[in-house]
Amino acid sequence: MDSLLEVDRISVSFDGFKAINNLSFQIGDRELRAIIGPNGAGKTTFMDIVTGKTRPDSGDVLWGEKNVSLLRHTESNIARMGVGRKFQRPTVFEDQTVEDNLMMALQNDRSPFKTLFYDYSKADQEKVYQIAIDIGLIDKISRSAAELSHGQKQWLEIGMLLAQDPQLLLVDEPAAGMTGDERKKTVKLLRKLAKDHAIVVVEHDMEFVRSLNCRVTVLHEGSVLAEGSLDHVTNNQEVIDVYLGR
Amino acid sequence: MTETVLQSHSIDSEFGGPLIRFLMRNPSTLVFLGLLGIFTIFVTILSEGFGLGLISTSLVKTLGKTLCFCLVALAMDLLWGYCGILSLGHFAFFGLGGYMIGMWLMYARTELIVVKAGQAAALPMTPEEIHDAIGTQIFGVVGGSEFPLIWAFSHSLLAQLALVILVPGALALVFGWLAFRSRVTGVYLSILTQAMTLALALYLFQNDSGLRGNNGLSGLQNLPGLAETPQAIISVWFLWASALALGLSYLAIKLIVESKFGNVIRAIRDDESRVRFLGYNVEAYKLFVFVLTAIMAGIAGALYYPQAGIINPAEIAPIASIYLAVWVAIGGRGRLYGAVIGAAFVSLLSSLFTGGQIPNIPLGFYDLQWVDWWLVLLGVTFVVTTLYASNGLGGLFDRFSTKKEEKADG
Repeated sequence: MDSLLEVDRISVSFDGFKAINNLSFQIGDRELRAIIGPNGAGKTTFMDIVTGKTRPDSGDVLWGEKNVSLLRHTESNIARMGVGRKFQRPTVFEDQTVEDNLMMALQNDRSPFKTLFYDYSKADQEKVYQIAIDIGLIDKISRSAAELSHGQKQWLEIGMLLAQDPQLLLVDEPAAGMTGDERKKTVKLLRKLAKDHAIVVVEHDMEFVRSLNCRVTVLHEGSVLAEGSLDHVTNNQEVIDVYLGR
Repeated sequence: MTETVLQSHSIDSEFGGPLIRFLMRNPSTLVFLGLLGIFTIFVTILSEGFGLGLISTSLVKTLGKTLCFCLVALAMDLLWGYCGILSLGHFAFFGLGGYMIGMWLMYARTELIVVKAGQAAALPMTPEEIHDAIGTQIFGVVGGSEFPLIWAFSHSLLAQLALVILVPGALALVFGWLAFRSRVTGVYLSILTQAMTLALALYLFQNDSGLRGNNGLSGLQNLPGLAETPQAIISVWFLWASALALGLSYLAIKLIVESKFGNVIRAIRDDESRVRFLGYNVEAYKLFVFVLTAIMAGIAGALYYPQAGIINPAEIAPIASIYLAVWVAIGGRGRLYGAVIGAAFVSLLSSLFTGGQIPNIPLGFYDLQWVDWWLVLLGVTFVVTTLYASNGLGGLFDRFSTKKEEKADG
């Protein structure tokens, strides 16, 4: 399998606590993958390492066809290389309109001088409107993001990732705090995204993971405990022990 | 659906150049520029130099200086209100701008005096003699006569004008680069900027700093070669120059905050790390804004000190930069007219109260002296504004201006 992202024996500890312990796994191109695990299993730390926020003590993170190490790059560089991230809490820019949020995320030159003289072209505007239609926020396009409901903010953030068009999407608990209907819509959005992006979804909720219908990696104490289909991992005795308590 | 929304969106872009269209979309800028123009004409007509003489020359100077304060407040608003960087050191750049133009003013005027004195002597003076005599004149007060290296370009107006931009810009570039790449933010950055302006002030207080220690540079109101021109005229010229600089900067900053760059810096203000994960180099944006606002502060200072007549290191003491933040907070940050209103309102009130124009209040048991109590009043106003009216004075205009913008949107 051609891997898009290869996490190679990374370890990181905070004040002696091993958050990630010799973790290795791979994500293929256009693969949809769910990562589950109890609290403190290292899910968020893993995302922090891939996106450049945290540096591991050892190991390497290799990216793309050329196997570039991501460790020497800054957060913004990694984002430009094609890794997008969606946070647990919806983080959109509440002070700005839905349109501005999407426009900022659009794939364009991101240097200060280029944005200063950026011309919001018809083509770009059409892209923004198309994304707004896809995420169901077209009638809120000129409303400020602060006016959106919790679920709508989550979709706007997914829309911003669509605009950013990354090769790999790291999505942290997309269904947290959503109603049943909103969950269904979110699953639909993610499935649609998975057609031409690799996606890693971190989630607590087994129902939600089941509805994604994808390969699952179980993390425990900073390393991989089990990997495979959801049925496979949920029948694994170790996983049952970790999740249900011995 | 996409088509119709797009069409309705672009109707207003059918006529006029880009700048005119921009102004039509931002009526508040048009209003501001109009009011600034009317104000300038009004003061000119009532001035002693060009009109009826109802406004004294010293008041014209005060108004001109106030415009410079408004300019530096605008820069502060871009930095703090839009980009979220609370610098408490921007008066260092203001002062440096003043020093840079002050060096030329002192050199050129002293040169004229020396040359004139030399004409009385039997032998014509050599260029070296003239140069040495200027040095003795300028640096005698700190017990020297040698020109320090930093005065190398002081004979050239063009060079010193360039330095008005380059020196504050370079200091901001180095300081900002060091601070932002180490991810120093929030209150720590504010403290660091205070340290910067304090260190600069303390350095300049030394006699061997090359800028005449605590004497500073003086006589800056006298423009070289214009000894015959009365201050009544010169003061109005500087008012025009200050108004022009303020108007152009307002327009430039408005263009910046309305561009995509403006979206990005507001996003940085609200959630810096999210902007990083969008792929923007946050440090580059912050540095850009920091340097740009430092340059604007330098220009404001270069216009201010010839009107004030004197600059010394006390001008860049940490308290000055704190006042700047107070103006912007009282005026209402994140709205450009708020910064201008705050700076004008507070600095004019300040000169009223500390200038003895407001009668003291005898309370019987205690005589309330405004010179002392003005600062208390200002402090209380600052606290009350911050706690209960975070939109400041500019917030009063918000309802009016948003109504108008909604109308313009249709």
